[in-house]
Parts: sequence; structure tokens; C-alpha cells
Amino acid sequence: MRFSTMKRALAGITAVGVTLALAACGGGGTPASTPSAAAFDSNKEYSISVWTWEPTIQQDSEAVKEFEKQFPNVKVSVTNTGGAADEYTALSNALQAGTGLPDVAQIEYYALPQYAIGSNLADLTPFGAGSLEGQYTPGTWTAINQTTAKGAAGIYALPMDSGPMALFYNEETFQKAGIDTPPTTWDQFYEDAKKIHALGDNYYITSDSGNDAGYLTSIMWQLSPGAFKVDGQNVTVDFTDPNFAKFVEVWQKLIDEDLISTSITGWSDEWFKGLADGTLASLPTGAWMPANLLANSADASGNFRVAPMPSLDGSPVNAENGGSSLAVMAASPADNQVAAYKFLEFVSNGDGAKLRVQAGNFPSLQSTLDDPAFQSSTGDYAAPDLLKYFGNQEYNKVLAEGAGTVNTGWSYLPYQVAANSKFADTVGKAYNKSGTKLADGLSAWADAIVSYGNEQGYNVTKVG
Amino acid sequence: MTATTAPRTKESRRPRRAVGVPRASLRRYDPAAPRRSWLFTVVTGIFLLYALFPLAYLLINATKTQQDFISTFGFAFGGHFALWDNIVQVFTYNNGMFTRWLLNTLLYVIIGGGGAVFLAVLAGYGLAKYRFPGRTAVFMTVMGAIAVPSAALAVPTFLMFARMGLTNTPLAVIIPSLVAPFGLYLMYIFASESVPTELLEAARMDGSSELRTFFQVSLPLLAPGIVTVSLFTATTTWNNYFLPLIMLKDQNWYPLIIGLNQWNQQAYIPGAEPVQNLVVTGSLITIVPLIVTFLFLQRYWQAGLSAGSVKE
Amino acid sequence: MTTITHDVAGTGASRPAPKLNRRRKDWRGWGFVGPFVLVFLFVFIAPLVYALASSLFSYRAFFDETVFVGLSNYLKLFGDPLFWSGLWRVILVLLIQVPIMLAIAMFLAIAIDSGRLHGSNFFRLSVFLPYLIPTVVAALMWGFMYGTNYGLVSQLNGAFDWHLNPFANRWILASISNVITWTYVGYNMLIFYSSLRTINTSLYEAAAIDGANEWQIVRSIKIPHLRGSIAITTIFSIIGTFQLFNEPSIMQKMAPSVITNSFTPNMYAYNLSFSSGQQEYAAALAIVMGIITVAIAYVVQLRGLNTNEGRG
Repeated sequence: MRFSTMKRALAGITAVGVTLALAACGGGGTPASTPSAAAFDSNKEYSISVWTWEPTIQQDSEAVKEFEKQFPNVKVSVTNTGGAADEYTALSNALQAGTGLPDVAQIEYYALPQYAIGSNLADLTPFGAGSLEGQYTPGTWTAINQTTAKGAAGIYALPMDSGPMALFYNEETFQKAGIDTPPTTWDQFYEDAKKIHALGDNYYITSDSGNDAGYLTSIMWQLSPGAFKVDGQNVTVDFTDPNFAKFVEVWQKLIDEDLISTSITGWSDEWFKGLADGTLASLPTGAWMPANLLANSADASGNFRVAPMPSLDGSPVNAENGGSSLAVMAASPADNQVAAYKFLEFVSNGDGAKLRVQAGNFPSLQSTLDDPAFQSSTGDYAAPDLLKYFGNQEYNKVLAEGAGTVNTGWSYLPYQVAANSKFADTVGKAYNKSGTKLADGLSAWADAIVSYGNEQGYNVTKVG
Repeated sequence: MTATTAPRTKESRRPRRAVGVPRASLRRYDPAAPRRSWLFTVVTGIFLLYALFPLAYLLINATKTQQDFISTFGFAFGGHFALWDNIVQVFTYNNGMFTRWLLNTLLYVIIGGGGAVFLAVLAGYGLAKYRFPGRTAVFMTVMGAIAVPSAALAVPTFLMFARMGLTNTPLAVIIPSLVAPFGLYLMYIFASESVPTELLEAARMDGSSELRTFFQVSLPLLAPGIVTVSLFTATTTWNNYFLPLIMLKDQNWYPLIIGLNQWNQQAYIPGAEPVQNLVVTGSLITIVPLIVTFLFLQRYWQAGLSAGSVKE
Repeated sequence: MTTITHDVAGTGASRPAPKLNRRRKDWRGWGFVGPFVLVFLFVFIAPLVYALASSLFSYRAFFDETVFVGLSNYLKLFGDPLFWSGLWRVILVLLIQVPIMLAIAMFLAIAIDSGRLHGSNFFRLSVFLPYLIPTVVAALMWGFMYGTNYGLVSQLNGAFDWHLNPFANRWILASISNVITWTYVGYNMLIFYSSLRTINTSLYEAAAIDGANEWQIVRSIKIPHLRGSIAITTIFSIIGTFQLFNEPSIMQKMAPSVITNSFTPNMYAYNLSFSSGQQEYAAALAIVMGIITVAIAYVVQLRGLNTNEGRG
């Protein structure tokens, strides 16, 4: 997305003017209440550093190489941070030390509020991010709009991908169990689970080992989007919404009756094996899953299909699960921020975005999701291996439709990363045969969230 | 002369028999030429199996392709024998990053580990052979400090290094690895046992300085201990994981373990290429230098020991 | 043969330094100990002091400020059930896994030293091998072994109609202890073995002449000689066990609802520091754990000193 020359000139003049004004007032290096943004100078040499674990934005990726071709005056240095946990550790450490920060960092949507609230991220509005509204899916756009503790609302990242949920299921196993169509409600999911487990002791409709806070929070997003309400310093936690409670009942039955596998951990070798040989018959997860299924559970090629997420009454309502954004660190020098935003724009919204989707990324741009070539995985977005994997189903069409039904009104906690680290100790207990009920585990998690938040200076109250 | 025990064992309290009285047991056990026993070997061999069969896992899986790795049984071979392919791939994947990691690890072990041994030998010797003010304090403090869980010291250490601009540099790995409390304690025991104070006194009376005494008299006696400590320190530094993970962000400075860990992570990231077969093969390659070093040091060590016990 | 006495940590008898004025303080030892102490101060003491200080504070994320809270972190710790359950776990491991591991290591060392084994060199190297294997690979390996769906255990369950589940709540400590033992038996064995190697072989001959058989020699010469090594290995095992982190952390991915973030005190400190930004609380935890560890190690050392020999 490019500025018209007129707009760019105007922005540039305003930016220079504001910068001068700030400098005259001794504004210093901290972000002032009116953020300023210098213009991008194609004759100037820039150098930016990027922290990411996403495979499509690595140093040798097409997207990065193309960016350096189109912007030869910007040198990009990408560090593969290995994964979310490692990167957040490094980021938090660097923020505390005040040095060693990158210019750009990949931050998952659920973790974004935690970094934004401390004014650690640069507001991208002065760079023109506001004009991008409407181009991204509603779910991702809401996620990148944040407010700092000091009350500065803004756009603190650009979406990198999205993860609207869907039900990936093994049609062969389903048919063997006598199920013709995938479940559209959670009650049906329970009934289907019984049929699948009847196939054999090691056959399960899905697995859940009780360590993934992301899954349950996504279900809350789907069924009770008001679970976390954040208003500046005030936070409420409510896990007792009746819709969500219905889901918890169903899930409790699945655990009690041994209809889901609680011993296979997600993303373990056993998990991939189970998906590959059909004993793990389905997977409710984010739209970014296909690339992983292809790489790690290749044996199931031809058997998998995609269906919309089950809901309480079968009507289409969805949530996001996972997905990341790219943010610019507030501590970066102004020049770096300018160049960094160019990079963000390119890989999120420009030619780079297309290259990334071709490399396996699931887009956050509405136009890509609506593109028939994308939905049929043909033409520019040809993906023959994946088409084969899903038995020639237009899997991206289903996933794109799912993106359109994502619930609005959801927000993560301003300390979600910390809250999630307490998940296994509370909710996890309901999964390890220690006698704890899921509802009680959730209540304990809510308590932990409340006490942690209050320690951190928030006013947190538990509802229900 | 190697160390001897204090004459207070149960042995000496047993009534001595007159020499010359024939003993039936004399024919049964001769310590200089013990009878080898297959039964004993087999029984002890059970532990060997216990130690080694995971190694068999390593060897078998290093021959598999990634596809075979995830789809076949762990102790069975895959359809395609890919050991050579894997080895080649390990060294070429990601622009030959593995070789860089190997060189990094060598750097850390030689400078960091070597430095640690040097400091531990000096300090262990000093603690053992000299009574100086603050000696007890040093002992107490060293033991006390290492009793504190490492996880909580990690952040302060990181902050310190960050403020000094040392993070993401090799120094961030080398400096912390210079402290080997276990090596210190081992050297202290070795020095106490192997270096007789009389010898030191004799050297001093001859006018030798402390340093010269150390190098000419004590060091040769400490040799077996130094070899042991070097071995342990080298292994610890080679497999050093926790602190380097926090200190290093630039993969050009990763030691092997952290690099392999990163490769392993790829199996769990959407869209990334799983390369666990390379992780297993790479680990095999990683262990080989350690084993070779161990074997090499073994010979030196045995020579040192037998030389020591022959004297007197 | 001259007799040499030893002392431990500055206690016990020591030979008076001849030819030196006893009233003048002897600082020569610092020349040797100094370098180690210097680096130690930097690497351990500085972060420790920082941790001590920061344990009296608490960070408030919303205000982005750190406030002084006195001892409230410590009070919170004493009321934290996650801390106590983690502490209890490592105590259990200490009481059960450590003695078993050291007993096995001692048996192996004596067996190899006895010369009664065929291929004792091979034994020595192989038992040490697990220690050399990088943790990443050990994780892959044991994850496979313990897998109840596709792993070795699943095959055993199928073949013998068992219902083993190494990751079940009541077996998880045993499963982890097994991995620890597997990793460190060789390490401890080597320490015992090198200590046995310093025994003067003429002792064995004297004993044989006296009519001792092999078992009596083991009981009366070898095992008592190992007192020193037993003390070292015990103390370091205590410290290592209280700091338990690597093994459960590796295996956490395999059973995340059983091995939670607070499974051991060190893991709890790690997650408090790095996942929930509660470094100060983690520092308080670390200080308390350090004190507990030192107290127990000290008690063990005292008991070790209560034998007649002054050797530590």
C-alpha cells in the first residue's frame, strides 16, 4: 500500500515540523503524546534488525530477498529466534536491560497487549498504518489496536498472519466410524467421539493434554468473548458464562469417558504420528495448520478435510487461535523505525505478503482470502501437495470463510503470557487424573490471574 | 609417591599372622593377577546395556530420513539407509552453520574450559597447601554460592553482561564457564592427597620460589587430577546449555547444543522444515570428538597413574 | 612411608608450617586462589548480591515501576503451595535416587578396578557415554522410550499386557529419576574409580598375605578409601538435586499437565523469572533454596566428619 505523493509530502512536512517542535521543547527520546514520524528517504542508508521464528521471513526467504531488491538502501538482518517462548524471554530480558533490542519483533496476538501496554512498542499510526484499516480481517485488526497504560491508543503492530479456527478431520477415520458429516455442534462432537473411540482403544477424536491455554481461550473467544474485559487498569475475569459452561460440560464428559487423549501432547512426535495414522481423528485449531500436517504427518495425505468449527447451536461463529504480528520497538532510533515500517508494510501488506502466502503462510489480508485463486489453491497460489493432502478439497475456501465469522469483542489480558504460564498448574490438573474437575481448574486459574494482576498494579476482579 | 591411607583401617587392627605360615587363601587370590570372570562380566554388563541402548537409538535413527524418523519404530531401521546423506546434509544445511557451531564450541571449550581448569588447579592447590587468612571464607562462599538455584541468577547475570555490552558475544559464554566449582573441589582433594607437604618444604629449603615449586614439584604430581578435571570441565562446557541460551541471540555464535536445539524446534513451528534426522545425526557427530578426547586422555592418565604408583 | 593428614574446609588438624613465624599471616595462598576468586566474584557473587537485593522488591507491570516490599516476597513464598510441593519432590528424589545412583556407581567402579572384567576399558568408556549425550537428544530418546502410544513402553504394554505409564502422576518422579541416574552414573563412577586408582597396590598384597579374600579387601580397603569421593559426590548430588531443572524441563513437553512450571523449585524460579516477569519473587525463592541446600549439605558434611579419619 503506497501513499500518494501528495499525502507523503504532507506527512513528511508535518513530521519534520513536529520533530523540530519537540526538539525545541527538549522532547528527548521518549515517545511524546503526539508521535512523530520522519519520511522515508530512498537515498539514505538504513539498517534494521528483525527477530522472528516464522519460516517465511527468514534471511534467505523470498520475501526478504525481494524487499532488499526493491529497497536496496535498507539492509535487513534477520535473527531466527527459534520459537515464541525463547523470543519472549529474550525480548523481556532485552527490555529490562535496555539494550540488545531488535528493531522489529514477531509477537503473537495474545502476547501483544502485554508488550504494548508498557509503551514498549512504537505506534504505527504516524507511519500511515491507519489507512490500512479494512484491508485486514476484523479479528486481526482488532488485535493490533491497543492502548498503553498511559492511555495512548494506537496501532502497535501489523498482522503477519491469522489463525481463524477450523476443524481438520481425517475423513477416512470418520467414515470408518460411520460418521458421514463432520460435527457442527459440540454435542455432536461428543457423540462422534464415542463412535470414533469404538474403533479401538487408541482411537480418539482429538487430543488435549491440558497445557495449551491458547485452545481454551480461543473457545472462550468463540463462545463467551467477554471472558476478559480490560479497561485501562481495571480487568475482570469471567469463566462462568453459560455458553462457555456448556462447552466445559461437554469437554468434561470427553475427559471422564476417555474419549479424548490426554496423554498425547500437542506438537510432540506422538501427536504427529497419531495424526498421520488416523488414530487422532480430528484437530480443532488455527488455519495455519495445513503446512504442518503436510510436513509432519505426510502419511495421512489424501485423508484430511477441513470443516467449520463446531459451535453450540451449529451457527457459524468462530475465533482466532494463534497467529502473529510484527511490531516495531519504541526504543529504536527514529530512522530505524521508518525503515522498519517499510519492511512491515512490505511483508504484511505488499508484494512480500503474496510471496509469503506462496511459501505457506496463512494470510491476514482480506483481499487474499477473497481471491478465488487462493481459495482454490491454483494460479498464483498453487499448492499441489496441499491440495492432494486434502483430497482436492478447496481447503482455503473453508478456512477463509471461517475468518469471516470470527467473533468481535474479544480481548486478551494485558499479561496473557504470564497468565498462561500458570495454566498447567491450575487447569492442567483436570487432565492428569488427579480428580480435579475442569470447571474447578478454570476457577483456580481465574484466582491465579486475579492475584497476579493485583500484584502487578491492576484492579482485577473475578466474576462468577 | 601416590597417596596412602592413614594407618587406621580395619586392616591394621586385625591380628597379624606370622609370615611363612602357608595360607590356603594365598593360592586363591593374587591381587597382582586377578582372575577374569565371565559371569561377573555379564552381570556388570547389564549396566552396560542400560547405559548403551539409548546410544543404539542414536545410531539407528541417524541412518533414517526425516520421513522415516517420524513414521517408523524407534529401534527399527528405516526403509532407506541415509547415514551418509544425513552427514552431508548436517554440514551443508543452512549454509554450513553446523561447522560454525562446531568451531564455536571448540573455542568455548578450549578457552573457557581450559581457563576453568587453569583457575581450578591453581585455586585447589592454594586451598590444599596453604593456610591463609580467609581460607575458610573462600570455601564457605564457593559452596554457598553454587547452592543457589541457577535459574534465579540467570537474569542478574544477563543484566550485568548486557550493561557491559557483552551479551551476544563469545565472552558471554566464556566468562561464566571459567568458574568450575566442582573442578575446584576435585583439585583440592587431589592436591591434598597427591602432593606431600614435605616435598614442598624440601623445595623451599632449597630456595625455590612458590611458583617454581608449583611448576616443578607439584604440577607433575597433580597430573592425573588435572586430566580428570579437564575431562569433566570439557564435557560440561561442551554441553553448556542454560546460560548460553539466554546470552546469545546471534546464531553465528551458538555452540553446538543450542544450534541443535534450534534445529529441533523446527519440527514444532508452522511451516518450518522439520529436520530431526539432522538433529540426531548432528548429535552423533557432536559426541565423537568427546569420545575421542576421552580415549586420548585415558592413555595419558593411565601412564600418569602407573608412574606414580611405581615410585616407592 | 610417610603419613599425611588432611583436613576438610579448614577444620581438623593440620601440620604446623615449619620455618615460618606462626604469628605472621601467611598470604602466599592468595597468589594461587586469587584469580579464581576474582572471576568467581564477578560471575557468582555479583549476581547473587543483585538477587538478594531484588528479592526485597516487586515489579508492578501496570505502573512499570519496582517498589520496595521488604520481606513480603518471603512471606508469600512460605504460603505458596506450589513452592512446597516442588521442594517436597526434590527431597524425595534426594532420598531415593541419589543413594541408588551412588551405590551403582560405586559397584561399577569397584568392579572395573578389580580387574576381573573382560574389556574393562570398554566398560569404563561406555558407562560414561550417557553423560556426553546432549540434552536435546536425550529428550528425543527418552521421550520415545517412555511413549505410551508409539514408544517402547507402548510395545511392552502390548506384548505383555501391562499398563505402564511412565508419565502418570505417581510414576513421573521415578521416570525422571531414571533419566538422571542414567546420565550421571558414569560420571560418579569415574570419580570413585580415579580415587580407587590412587590406592597403593602393595596394600592389597599385604592383605592377601594376611589371608584376606577379595571381598574382604573390597570391604576393608577399597570402600573406606572411597570415603572422600563419597563425600564429594554426595554433596554435589545434593546441590544438583536441589537445583533439578534440566531433566524435568526436557520432559515437560511430553507430559505438560504432570510436569508443570512449578515441578521443581528451580523450574519454578525459571518460569517466574522468564514467563511471568516475577523476578524478585524468583530471587526470594532462590535465596531460600540456597539456604536450605547449604544447611543440608553442611549437616551431611558434619556427619561425614564424625568418622575417625580426618579425610573429607
